[in-house]
Amino acid sequence: MFSMTPNVLRNLFTKSATRLYPKETRKTFERTRGEFFNEIKDCIFCRICARKCPSQCITVDTKGATWQYDPFACVYCGVCVENCPEKCLRQEQDYRKPSTGKELVFMKGEIKKKKKKTEDEQS
Amino acid sequence: MKEKVISVTPETVVSQTLDMKRKGYRLVTLTCVELDADTLDILYHFDKDLDLTHLRLTAPKNEAAPSISSVYFAAFLVENEIQDQFGIRFEGLALDYDRTLYLEEEVRDAPCCRIVASEEEKSKGE
Amino acid sequence: MARTIIPFGPQHPVFPEPLQLKLVLEDEIVKEVVPTLGFVHRGLERLVEIRDFHQMIQICERVCGICSIIHAQCYCQGIEELMDVEVPDRARFLRVIWGEISRIQSHLLWLGLFADAFGFESLFMQCWKIRERIMDINEATCGNRVIVSVNVIGGVRRDLDPDMTRWILSQLDLVEKEVRQLENVLLHDYTVKKRTVGKGVLTKDQALELGAVGPVLRGCGVAQDMRQLGYAAYSELSFEPITAGDGDAYSRNRVRFLETYQAVELVREAISKLPPGEINVKVKGKPKGEVVSRVEQPRGEVIYYIKGNGSKNLDRLRIRTPTFANIPPLLIMLPGMELADVPVITLSIDPCISCTER
Repeated sequence: MFSMTPNVLRNLFTKSATRLYPKETRKTFERTRGEFFNEIKDCIFCRICARKCPSQCITVDTKGATWQYDPFACVYCGVCVENCPEKCLRQEQDYRKPSTGKELVFMKGEIKKKKKKTEDEQS
Repeated sequence: MKEKVISVTPETVVSQTLDMKRKGYRLVTLTCVELDADTLDILYHFDKDLDLTHLRLTAPKNEAAPSISSVYFAAFLVENEIQDQFGIRFEGLALDYDRTLYLEEEVRDAPCCRIVASEEEKSKGE
Repeated sequence: MARTIIPFGPQHPVFPEPLQLKLVLEDEIVKEVVPTLGFVHRGLERLVEIRDFHQMIQICERVCGICSIIHAQCYCQGIEELMDVEVPDRARFLRVIWGEISRIQSHLLWLGLFADAFGFESLFMQCWKIRERIMDINEATCGNRVIVSVNVIGGVRRDLDPDMTRWILSQLDLVEKEVRQLENVLLHDYTVKKRTVGKGVLTKDQALELGAVGPVLRGCGVAQDMRQLGYAAYSELSFEPITAGDGDAYSRNRVRFLETYQAVELVREAISKLPPGEINVKVKGKPKGEVVSRVEQPRGEVIYYIKGNGSKNLDRLRIRTPTFANIPPLLIMLPGMELADVPVITLSIDPCISCTER
């Protein structure tokens, strides 16, 4: 009859399971897939991330050296991070903070001059 | 597919499913695949003791196919879904939603049929 | 005396997802039921036309939020069979570990909702408090709490090191201890039994004829579980399906509760037998042909039909989820019951309507 009573008494005398957010935030783990960044100075604009993305949220222009990303369409799956050949994409541990309007991330970089470098290295 | 596939025609499908029921098979589901502009492939999947057997029915889109809900009552739900998505009609359904299970009443075409009918394209070209 | 028609749903405090049942009542006893679906139909099967077969993994995960990792596992297994890819041993065991952890989480969610269906809200909160530990395991090992996205074609994406397996085992010990404290309430309490015993009875012949799957079928006494097929690493683990005799809502409750203990034991056994090696293989080529793949979700048997034509987009992907197969048995269980029992019986089949309608 009183089978729930031990649970109720245990809950009365232990600390509460909830926390006072936003004063106290929860610490995320090391492998958490959080906010997404690109180191534009290392990017070679190869378009692999745009091709692999399941939600098609990355747009890359190779000739103009621009990289555009929609953080509200992204599902934070991490497929682009794993496939990037230059390893310039990364995901931080903390989630993106809420914002009041939709925004697009637009980055412009430089087209790398690869051929000249190898000639210098050879000579 | 590595399991057994038996081909049936619209005339023999009900008697074949009755045969499967007598042997003790459980109906798993029906699958509809669009082959070309005029035909659909309806696959019936049956299971007994973890072994699958399939029946394949190649049916034209604009003719009514026979329903197996008189043999297996549980098929009414998936046949209504195929009616909504592919436009083929089943006759003899135990509970017929008349293409309103997922769609609204004024929708006339079949959402999942990607290949437009061949006659329409020919007449548009001429 | 006269018949009244009451629409039960689509918004109801007891349902996690929208489903409408039109109940024809005569004096509080249900006479007929007509279901209406289509409130969350997203048309995910048509996305094969624009996304290639690698991107479809992420879409298959999002068919359902609760059983997402097992959807991705079924899809990957189908494509691997079609393209003749041999998954490494370590990846097979890791898939079992994450699949069983997801099963514990799904059953704890259901136990909480079931308690809420007959008004036992403190038990609901207690079950969900235990579930938080499993979500923390998901986040620490894979990166996300709900949609973990750890299966790829050819294996898995993340590995477990020995510190992590030790921590998982310690957390699972705590989960088992806390679930055992609730056993007395969920299985033997007088109020729980009064609301569930003898309600929504399905006989063994009716269950086999109507195509019931999962705990609904096992609650009628039929020992059929897709894990007996031996996919992933189940052929190397000791596993027997759990059944209960009577076919009413109490038996289904008992089956799911005991499966939670069984899942903890399977994780412990899989971690102890985890072989060393790689976690995935490179996959080249495009799928061609037809394949049918079946896996056991927490709710029952899910079947995927995949047809490829040699290009990077698949020809057809058909998903039939377990709740789709359990709705016709529900229409047979409800007539003859009172109106107050309808929420309890509907929840006892574990309805996941977003899976049903994809």
